[in-house]
Amino acid sequence: MALVDPKTAPGAATFPTEASWSDASKDLLCLTTGSWRTEKPIVVVEKCTYCGQCYLFCPTQCITPGETYFPIDLTYCKGCGICAKECPTQAIVMVADGDEADGSPADQT
Amino acid sequence: MEAQRTKPDPTPEQRRVITGNAAAAHAVRLCRPGVIATYPITPQSEVIETLENFHVNGTLDCEMIAVEGENSAQNIVCAAATAGERVFTATSSYGLVFMYDAMLQTAGYRAPVVMVNVNREPPGIHAVCSGQQDMIATRDSGWLQVIAETGQEIMDLVIMAYRLAEDDDIQLPIMVNYDGYYLSYLAEAISIPSQQAVDDFLAPLCAQPARPALRPGTGMGAGAHGLGTGFVELRRKHLLAMERAKDKFDEVDALFAADFGRTYGGQIECYRTDDAELVLVTSGSAVGTARTVIDAQRDAGIKVGLVKLRMFRPFPRQRLAAVLHGRQAIGVLDRSVAFGWDCGPIYQEIRALTPEIGIVPLLGYIDGLANMDIPKPHIETIVTDLAAAARGESRPPVSWLVAGA
Repeated sequence: MALVDPKTAPGAATFPTEASWSDASKDLLCLTTGSWRTEKPIVVVEKCTYCGQCYLFCPTQCITPGETYFPIDLTYCKGCGICAKECPTQAIVMVADGDEADGSPADQT
Repeated sequence: MEAQRTKPDPTPEQRRVITGNAAAAHAVRLCRPGVIATYPITPQSEVIETLENFHVNGTLDCEMIAVEGENSAQNIVCAAATAGERVFTATSSYGLVFMYDAMLQTAGYRAPVVMVNVNREPPGIHAVCSGQQDMIATRDSGWLQVIAETGQEIMDLVIMAYRLAEDDDIQLPIMVNYDGYYLSYLAEAISIPSQQAVDDFLAPLCAQPARPALRPGTGMGAGAHGLGTGFVELRRKHLLAMERAKDKFDEVDALFAADFGRTYGGQIECYRTDDAELVLVTSGSAVGTARTVIDAQRDAGIKVGLVKLRMFRPFPRQRLAAVLHGRQAIGVLDRSVAFGWDCGPIYQEIRALTPEIGIVPLLGYIDGLANMDIPKPHIETIVTDLAAAARGESRPPVSWLVAGA
């Protein structure tokens, strides 16, 4: 298929402007880095001492303080496993992603 | 672009003997950038020193940001340009390649940064010497690249660079190149335009639709990931903008001529080419020497002309093909090399126009590396070669003219 001129092809463009500008309050173009993952972290809530090491170490900053533990936003978690490695009480375990029978708690899938 | 600043205008048009570096600094002052970030490097340092003087004595009202290196300088002016400011930076050689990743970012963001690059040999074989190799090392960075021949042209080209880069239809960074030492440090009588004339010349930029701008408190993404079709769309837009920049540069040159009375021909200048059987193509300060030789050869009855390459990126394919078509022999003089091609880069790219130009002797010459002079006898040798090749005599496709070679 031939390339079209994005300036003269209405509706064909991802970007409404000449440069790569997007409105962050609406449709900021971003990467859902969670799709890169092969393993995902599961928090064993009973073992969590709320020390916050996982929150401090997470390179993608997808771990944030919750009520009793630190939930992980799997939309952006790349599955690097640093949180599981650093957790002093082994309250985070890495499991193969995409496995329906992994026993994940309902709020951590 | 924000409205022009309202500093008093103390500067009428004047004619002064100044260096090429000072000419660049005066031009920048007259264009009233809001942010300047530059790191010193030979032979560019005089540009930033002169601008610092203007800043201290109150004739230049801007943010002058001291940085620890050229990489930071480029990142700062890129960010300031995406915030909507008019910006300036300058560098050379090692400094240019130290900001290479940031240059790619600036181009991808379509940030209209104006940068002076004072040509000097880049790292490898250490040489604090003139040569266009630094510019060539960044030719695929997505920047516009233009080349000046004289101190006056440095002045005028910097002013034209703002008009071109910030044009709503272009929105690209531009690198204004001139030969280190030969142009940076030599002084000549240069006309410095009045503030009012430059304000008037750049005023149409303020009347354009406002570009999007990063502002505190607003959620705007610049250079956000455009994967897949988004990425392809941005690449395609970038290439199309570079194609448009060629005619736009001709247009800006004509507008400049109307305002200031000086014209340079836009992408290329054709000198005594109308009935020329032989044509020499070159760029930068070597053009002045070539012009003198062409005049002498014309007096001797040789029908030889000169094409001065003023725009290297985008490459003026159409105008070069038009002027080079139908000649009996063509010579190209390069002040740098194309690794892997055993020739000079301008020669290499003109060779790519062979289908448009036709098959005639096309001879490349490498000269003037590392501050080696390009004297008149070297240009005379080229003309003699071209005449012989046009008669059917064999000549090597590429020759090195440096003394002793």
